[in-house]
Amino acid sequence: MMKTVRIVLLAVVIIVGLAIALAWPRADVVPASSPAAWASTPANIARGAYLARAGDCVACHTARGGVAYAGGRALDTPFGRFYGPNLTPDRDTGIGAWSADDFWNALHNGIAPGGRLLYPAFPYTNYTKVTRADADALFAYFRSLPPQRQANRPHDIRFPYDQQALLAGWRLLYFRPAEYAAQPARSASWNRGAYLVDGLGHCSACHSTRNSLGAADGALAGGMIPTLGWYAPSLTANHEAGLGDWRDADIVALLGTGISPRGAATGPMAEVVARSLQYLTPDDLGAMAGYLKSLAATPVSAQPTQALLPAAEQVLAEGGRIYGAQCAACHGDDGKGRMPAYPPLAGNRAVTMTPAVNAIRMTVNGGFPPGTRGNPRPYGMPPFGHELDDAQVAAVLTWIRASWGNAGAPVTATEVNRYRAVSLD
Amino acid sequence: MPSRRFRRPAAALFCTLLCTIALIADAAPQPVPDTLTQRLLACATCHARVDARGNPVNDSFYPRIGGKPAGYLYHQLRNFQDGRRHYPVMTYLTEHLPDAYLREIAAHFAAQAPTVLPPTLVNLSPAQRERGRQLVHEGDRGRGIPACIACHGARLTGVQPAIPGLLGLPRDYINAQFGAWRNGVRRAHAPDCMGQVAARLSPDDVAAVSGWLAAQPMPADPRPADAVARPLPLLCGSAP
Repeated sequence: MMKTVRIVLLAVVIIVGLAIALAWPRADVVPASSPAAWASTPANIARGAYLARAGDCVACHTARGGVAYAGGRALDTPFGRFYGPNLTPDRDTGIGAWSADDFWNALHNGIAPGGRLLYPAFPYTNYTKVTRADADALFAYFRSLPPQRQANRPHDIRFPYDQQALLAGWRLLYFRPAEYAAQPARSASWNRGAYLVDGLGHCSACHSTRNSLGAADGALAGGMIPTLGWYAPSLTANHEAGLGDWRDADIVALLGTGISPRGAATGPMAEVVARSLQYLTPDDLGAMAGYLKSLAATPVSAQPTQALLPAAEQVLAEGGRIYGAQCAACHGDDGKGRMPAYPPLAGNRAVTMTPAVNAIRMTVNGGFPPGTRGNPRPYGMPPFGHELDDAQVAAVLTWIRASWGNAGAPVTATEVNRYRAVSLD
Repeated sequence: MPSRRFRRPAAALFCTLLCTIALIADAAPQPVPDTLTQRLLACATCHARVDARGNPVNDSFYPRIGGKPAGYLYHQLRNFQDGRRHYPVMTYLTEHLPDAYLREIAAHFAAQAPTVLPPTLVNLSPAQRERGRQLVHEGDRGRGIPACIACHGARLTGVQPAIPGLLGLPRDYINAQFGAWRNGVRRAHAPDCMGQVAARLSPDDVAAVSGWLAAQPMPADPRPADAVARPLPLLCGSAP
């Protein structure tokens, strides 16, 4: 009897061990085409600078008010606080002692020099798609920056998430290193768009739902940004930010300038436009737009057809009154707005989608679209947090979401209260 | 050639057409004015609040910014943007605005006439009042505290291009700024002269200064002075 148990146990251990050995995310080594690929030439540096923009590397690797790429920005997650490290070529505190292979190993395999596994707060689950040639250009660019001596802040991660063994298990489940594989059936532009959106652009880092272990499903189907308190809408569902019925030119305008006839970039997306997308070429933005449009296949019937409770007459009346007094001067009695200054609220999915958190934040905190080369002096929206209480914000949003053909669920004062404070890192 | 009889209906028709066109034109949305006033309405709801009678509100959280020196306003916008000053809504609003726009915004508000605000009634003991006056006009040499007027101008209305006026501010606002300097949540470019001054003032001194300043009427001409005697008693990174 004991013997049988032992044999079965041994068999289980061997099978599990074999499964792990087979599925283990090995470091995938692709050699550089030649040392010229990361040589410090103006062409390599310029190409790397452009790719760094496309990857928005500056966002996480720069503290507010700090030296660009010297690290220090906090990224809050449900597992703890991560600090972007120093990417400048300082030998002791930055990547000055790294080789091009080290850089590739971090970007593509998520492994730091010395073998330490990197946390996927650094989105190497996306960056693994980046080609070796592009990684080498990025390396050439970072090596060209003025070295900044600034020690990295250690991450502040809760137990047990700070255990490397657990991270190894996570990688086993959710990470497979692989460069982007072009789909021959699709156009070159589509493939370029997919490469940028799913690779350097790491759009899925926000626009996807993450599971309880923090893994994004990569489907760009939208999700709350954990701890930041903004909702990154689905890029596939047309009732959220799916782009199926958008004109290409409007998508390119939104990504490249922050404003479009359909709406403006706000919240965390304003940062992405300001620091990253506005610097991309029209061709690349067009490729991204084309790829994103092709994803918009989720049928509208997928929208949860929850029975909308008719908002109480009184709430609607109060909301309409507030709208007339506070909002109509800019957004119009017809809710059509006056672009490029004031976005339409009628038919604007940022206003009508569920959850209503983004609309609440816009109303309470106001905001400017990002100032970009295409829109260097944006018109602003005043914060109303000090003018309207929670019930009033809820009433006016409930009214807006039920007017001009909009069909968004009513907003409650409790929801407004939850998102009242500005979330800064 | 049309007869006279025909001309009138034709004229009437023409008139009707014109009026209709005029009406349609009127109904069409007006273009949004391309002015900084319009672009910066977001600032007005806090910094240019008026009460029900249309009088300016002097709010402790939202100081008036019209007529302050452009350099001062620009530095504050940058301080919020870069996290040297902590007020989340201001950081959020300025976060993604380009530097050139921030300079324009500062110049726009600097060009406005300063709002003349009435002094606040402050309950100070005679000793406190004297201490406040003394610090403002003479400073405290023994503790290395320069007089306010040495930098902020003899009339305390500030000095171009980067030193703000001190009158017309609510006492709570002044107290809050000293508290913020002492706690390191209001900083400026190094050397941070006001940070040094705040560190040398005792809480009683802060109360005396803020009370005295808030009780002073603004002068008839509240605009900042063009210049002040140099060198300044302290080195200031924001007002070289």
